[in-house]
Amino acid sequence: MATAPKIDVGSDYKEKYGFFVPEDFVFKAKRGLNPEIVKEISWMKKEPEWMTKMRLRSLEIFRKKPMPTWGADLSVIDFENIFYYLQATDKQSKTWEELPPDIKATYDRLGVPEAERKFLAGVSAQYESEVVYHSLHEELTKKGVIFTDTDSALRDHPELFKEYFGTIIPPADNKFAALNTAVWSGGSFIYVPKGVRVDIPLQAYFRINAENMGQFERTLIICDEGSFVHYIEGCTAPIYTSDSLHSAVVEIVVKRNARCRYTTIQNWSTNVFNLVTKRAQVFGDATMEWVDGNLGSQITMKYPSVYLMEPGAKGDVLSVAFAGKGQHQDAGGKMIHVAPNTTSTITSKSISKAGGRTSYRGHIKIYPGANNCKSFVKCDALLLDDESRSDTYPYNDVDAENVTLGHEATVSKVSDEQLFYLMSRGIPRAEAETMIVNGFIEPFTKELPLEYAVELNRLIQLEMEGSVG
Amino acid sequence: MADFEIKDLRASVEGRQILKGVSLDIDKGEVHAVMGPNGSGKSTLSHTLMGHPGYTVDGGEVCFKGRNVLELEPDERARLGMFLALQYPVVVPGISMTNFLRTALNAKRGYDGKDKSKQISPKEFRSMLKGELEVLHMDDSFLPRYINDGFSGGEKKRAEILQMAMLKPEIAILDETDSGLDIDSIKFVAEAVNRMRGPELGILIITHYTRILEFIKPDFVHVLVDGKFVLSGGPEIAARLEKTGYSEWVSDEPQAKEVV
Repeated sequence: MATAPKIDVGSDYKEKYGFFVPEDFVFKAKRGLNPEIVKEISWMKKEPEWMTKMRLRSLEIFRKKPMPTWGADLSVIDFENIFYYLQATDKQSKTWEELPPDIKATYDRLGVPEAERKFLAGVSAQYESEVVYHSLHEELTKKGVIFTDTDSALRDHPELFKEYFGTIIPPADNKFAALNTAVWSGGSFIYVPKGVRVDIPLQAYFRINAENMGQFERTLIICDEGSFVHYIEGCTAPIYTSDSLHSAVVEIVVKRNARCRYTTIQNWSTNVFNLVTKRAQVFGDATMEWVDGNLGSQITMKYPSVYLMEPGAKGDVLSVAFAGKGQHQDAGGKMIHVAPNTTSTITSKSISKAGGRTSYRGHIKIYPGANNCKSFVKCDALLLDDESRSDTYPYNDVDAENVTLGHEATVSKVSDEQLFYLMSRGIPRAEAETMIVNGFIEPFTKELPLEYAVELNRLIQLEMEGSVG
Repeated sequence: MADFEIKDLRASVEGRQILKGVSLDIDKGEVHAVMGPNGSGKSTLSHTLMGHPGYTVDGGEVCFKGRNVLELEPDERARLGMFLALQYPVVVPGISMTNFLRTALNAKRGYDGKDKSKQISPKEFRSMLKGELEVLHMDDSFLPRYINDGFSGGEKKRAEILQMAMLKPEIAILDETDSGLDIDSIKFVAEAVNRMRGPELGILIITHYTRILEFIKPDFVHVLVDGKFVLSGGPEIAARLEKTGYSEWVSDEPQAKEVV
């Protein structure tokens, strides 16, 4: 596996991701949040009544719940200054050519159509609030695989949708899950039938273009017994002077003997608040793997979690966070052992630079009777200078017997010895530092498909050059 | 004027002066050995020459190719043609030896990610590597491993010499390359170094013991005691040290020949 490929970096974030195109929308809700706007969104989408009611109920919950104060500082978010719904085009396309030229140009610049041609089985592209492009290999459609946007799923697969929607993460779970349920739009809906293996990844690309935009996609993945799917999401936004909000909810069900891998490479610009709830329920001998790469954003709060419901269930979280100047990455994972003989691992790697702050926040819960469980948590933090900061907040609740629980945490600096060693071979300082950082996250990178590993290394290189933010 | 001139070099570590005026001329084609008891400043000499940040230069000059290398960063010194084989090679997790060697070689060739014509081709790289691995009796199973990670003492030292062979320096400093090596490893390492000997390479071997000098014959031997050379001459000095150790200059020092 290539760890630090030498790649041409002619452009920085601003050129590659930070561009924006003038807004050209067919519908844009007013700024701010109230029942009228929620009703308007639901009406625009021609939703069934139960969904409108659920949205309004969730808005109430959102208003009643206090802002969480246990993590990053969220007091700066002005919910009334945000656009909660923006539809940039009134139809979804099956070919890139059908898209409005400005949107097509955006995805071309991001390289999404090229990636699709090369190594993806299906692609979904969300622009502002709505999914604007969708495709899935025909053979997968024939096998009964559903990969569509969540709005279409509500319309086209109402029973399957209603059976699972909001059951893994109910609106009352937390303030931002309530917000998402009130104003959700877009996201991916995946159903993989019994025994079907989707061997090539499916990808969704989330793009915020407008200023003060709130993106609230909602993703639901159902892996039926013995199935497999690898879903990848990428996220970017332009650099504006005022903030945008991204608050997604991702619900996943992994039935017996199935396996789901969910890979995120987010690279938000540093004006985005990224507050995401991700949770999977995993049944007998099934496996859920969260592979979560957090770059960019002003604040990220994200703790992918796995509920291990039946014996033999396995949960993995592998995450990387990079915090530069003015950024706080508060990330980690939760493993809830409901059944005996279940196993979980959380591996968290964080890098802080130029005063950036990373926190690992994790929760291991083992319920009474969930005996013979194993859980291992490893968090490694790398500090690139003296101004940067890293903390760990591990919480463990164990109410069962014969449980093996391990926790390892390290904080290190890029050592003078390593740097000197690489430099003494002729490698310039900046390149040597990037190599050490890429080496540090290599356990993460090696889990990615090669194209994404190369992209991640390149992003790290950009962060190291300080050209981002 | 010699190819590589150390002039009255003074250096300190944590405020304590260790090198108290060392001067040495090395011409390409020559092999110099610097021998000395523990604490005499041998490691300080090697690290200061290569620019380790933990060592402070208090005075003097090191001239190489018209530059005072003491003013250069370690990577600039390396690209100018210097090499240091470390006594304790450093572990760097997550970076494969192959990647490391290729990146170093490309840096040496002046490839900065832009001008592809300076980049080594995969074919050229592989054939170069294959040849050097054979000389060092190494197989390619260590190439995908992380830099020095889990390497035995012998593997680490051989990996250092492999880097030297790939990077083809003009001035190579071998810091205690024999320490911790079994006799077979010393032979392989010496064989590889001897193959590189020639009019284009000057070598400075830094060692406590005489053993490695049985395999890599020096042209000159210098004895470093308390940060200064106290004796310089031909290979006969090594023979003398093997008998008497450093007892002429310091007491309580073990024999210069390593007791195995």
